[in-house]
Amino acid sequence: MRENKVLGIIFSNMHDNALGELTQHRTTGSVPFGGRYRLIDFALSSMVNSGIDNIGIITKQNYQSLMDHVGAGRPWDLARKRGGLVILPPFANTGSGIYRGRLEALQGAMSYIQHNDAKYVLLSDCNIVANVDLRDFINTHIKSGAQITLMTRSAQIEPEGCQELSIVSFDEETRQINDIRTRPEAKGVQDVYMNVIIMEKVLLERLVAEAKSHDRYSLMRHALQPSIHKLDMRAYEFKGFTRRIGGMETFFNANMALLNPQVRADLFPSERPIYTKIRDQVPVKYGLSAKVSNSLIADGCIINGTVENSVIFRGVKIGRGVILRNCIVMQDTYIEDNAHLEYVITDKDVLVKDSRTLIGCDTHPIYLAKGSSI
Amino acid sequence: MFCKKEWIAMLLAGGQGSRLYTLTQKLAKPAVPFGGKYRIIDFPLSNCVNSDIDTVGVLTQYQPLVLNEYIGNGQPWDLDRNNGGVFVLPPYQKSSGSDWYTGTANAIYQNINFIDRYDPEYVLILSGDHIYKMDYEKMLNYHKEKQADCTIAVLQVPMEEASRFGIMNAYPDGTIYEFEEKPPVPKSNLASMGIYIFTWQKLRKYLIEDEANPNSQKDFGKNILPAMLADNQKMVAYPFEGYWKDVGTIDSLWEANMDLLDPKVPLDLYDDSWKIYSRNPVMPPHFVHEGAVVENSMVTEGCDIAGNIDFSILFAGVTVEEGAIVRDSIVMPGSVIKKGAVVEYAIVAENVVIEEGAVIGQRPEDAADKDNWGVTVIGNGVTIGAGAVIPPKAMIDKDVQGA
Repeated sequence: MRENKVLGIIFSNMHDNALGELTQHRTTGSVPFGGRYRLIDFALSSMVNSGIDNIGIITKQNYQSLMDHVGAGRPWDLARKRGGLVILPPFANTGSGIYRGRLEALQGAMSYIQHNDAKYVLLSDCNIVANVDLRDFINTHIKSGAQITLMTRSAQIEPEGCQELSIVSFDEETRQINDIRTRPEAKGVQDVYMNVIIMEKVLLERLVAEAKSHDRYSLMRHALQPSIHKLDMRAYEFKGFTRRIGGMETFFNANMALLNPQVRADLFPSERPIYTKIRDQVPVKYGLSAKVSNSLIADGCIINGTVENSVIFRGVKIGRGVILRNCIVMQDTYIEDNAHLEYVITDKDVLVKDSRTLIGCDTHPIYLAKGSSI
Repeated sequence: MFCKKEWIAMLLAGGQGSRLYTLTQKLAKPAVPFGGKYRIIDFPLSNCVNSDIDTVGVLTQYQPLVLNEYIGNGQPWDLDRNNGGVFVLPPYQKSSGSDWYTGTANAIYQNINFIDRYDPEYVLILSGDHIYKMDYEKMLNYHKEKQADCTIAVLQVPMEEASRFGIMNAYPDGTIYEFEEKPPVPKSNLASMGIYIFTWQKLRKYLIEDEANPNSQKDFGKNILPAMLADNQKMVAYPFEGYWKDVGTIDSLWEANMDLLDPKVPLDLYDDSWKIYSRNPVMPPHFVHEGAVVENSMVTEGCDIAGNIDFSILFAGVTVEEGAIVRDSIVMPGSVIKKGAVVEYAIVAENVVIEEGAVIGQRPEDAADKDNWGVTVIGNGVTIGAGAVIPPKAMIDKDVQGA
């Protein structure tokens, strides 16, 4: 048995409401991103690349697409006899099993957590696009002697985008947390909690048990905030590229950020790859009339038209004479000849028929729902 | 405990592929990269699983490291099975002495025990150097329907090319009455594709007899098939229609890759009902920069393109910098083509670096000596210095200094 073994727990559903239409048929974790990924790939790959090979994924509802995506965990090398990947569906011993918060969700997963021989538990959401070297986070936590370490990122906050955020205040020197504000009236550059947290398993078990006996469910409100000044809680700042997906606009902008070579280098270093489900797609075929510029294109596409400043997912077909600008085109979308799209997000399996024109704008991209036909 | 199988496949993957020269210096021919994200062996392996064959023995001998690693446990082809699956079968030491595989028939002979464990009715013999999509199950049905002892898949080739192939002369009902290896004056144009189905007990008998014959070359085409024919065994030709290409030479490897760009060539890799599976690279989608031009080409994940790409195939993780031109060429995984370099009519192997301004190959119409023009090959891991000029048909396996 390894010393200092870490068990990873990923909450796949936590931000479903904020993402609106994107999560109508899926969990936050299975929201497509960056041409070939799902949001959960970032959390999963970060864990795997950091040596965490016992990972439980907590689900709530609409998790069919998530199960289809992660399968037995093979692409992440998590199809193991010892440890590996486990999906933790809602555990319904009372009521419907639909939990109200992370702490309550953990109650349902407690038998899995208790049976694991890990010393530490690392909890993570999957609404943040980042490639995190968690080893440094884990080592910092262990060395510091803190009981709980929260991962933060420094981000520019707009008052209207704060509903889902928690802002952490800490002593610069000791990094000890002295306040966590949720849904604050804040703006400017702030230390924002990334919903990535590590503590010893025994402490988590205690927090969950206490919450259960008091019918409390929120990790933040019922466990972390009341523990300030009672437990040694510290902040760890992650300095790499992060983008939080909090709605259609941030989803659009985060995808577009990938067109920046520096962002790609930060997010996809060859020594810490982001793994995803394998679809055995053919390489992209460019036709005679293809004109592509400043675009990210995944395998399996056939491109005969003009594509600029766009992210094209796997298996997309783009006809002749098509003009695509500033678009995000998800898996298996078919854009027929001479269509013209700008600032459009098409979900999976969309059909845009011959010569259709759709133009959105950068703050309000047009969203075409999964399977729709225009 | 082994369950009986109706049929299993044996894939001959031990050949050196010496006519691919530097490309097969460190790897067996079936492991040569093909078509952007495949290796040649992906085609027969995928055909097997798509034809519902779940047990495949892969016979290796020459430079097996890359091939072994690539096949691994067979998972990319769904061949990681509890009962059956894919097995790499190298020659091995026996109590009665040990032997390399001395011929195609000897390779199967040495693995009679492996085949017997599954007690199959039929055995499919394949080779690992052809590009094609084929439903072997239809061929098996034909074999059963004709009550044949041996069925040989044949392809109609142009009569003038027939003397390059093993030619089957058959009656209209498909029964083969004569077999000619590379006949100077062919009687028919039915070329053997190197795909055989044998009724196992028959083949087993002939393999044992052939092994005992000191004059035999232990080869299917030269010994086993003629011996069966001489004994009046029922041998039938199974006509295959569709795309099939031997990629045993530099020219044919280049052509077969280029065929993927030709919409008239009937090899559709995009058909979801007959996917070609492979061990996929773990890389982000490819990126095309502003100012880049990509036409008539195939580009794989992990590529980063700022230059001009025309009629070319780029494998995973290839970088083409600004102002570089890649035309009518194949660039294998991980290679880098730096600023202003020109690559024309070339096969650039894996992890090659072509420094700024180097010129690789030439178009036939630009060549001074048209008779000696050919595709240029840059071997694995080679660096071509800045401004160096590599002439057409050159075969480079060592670093070249810059000009």
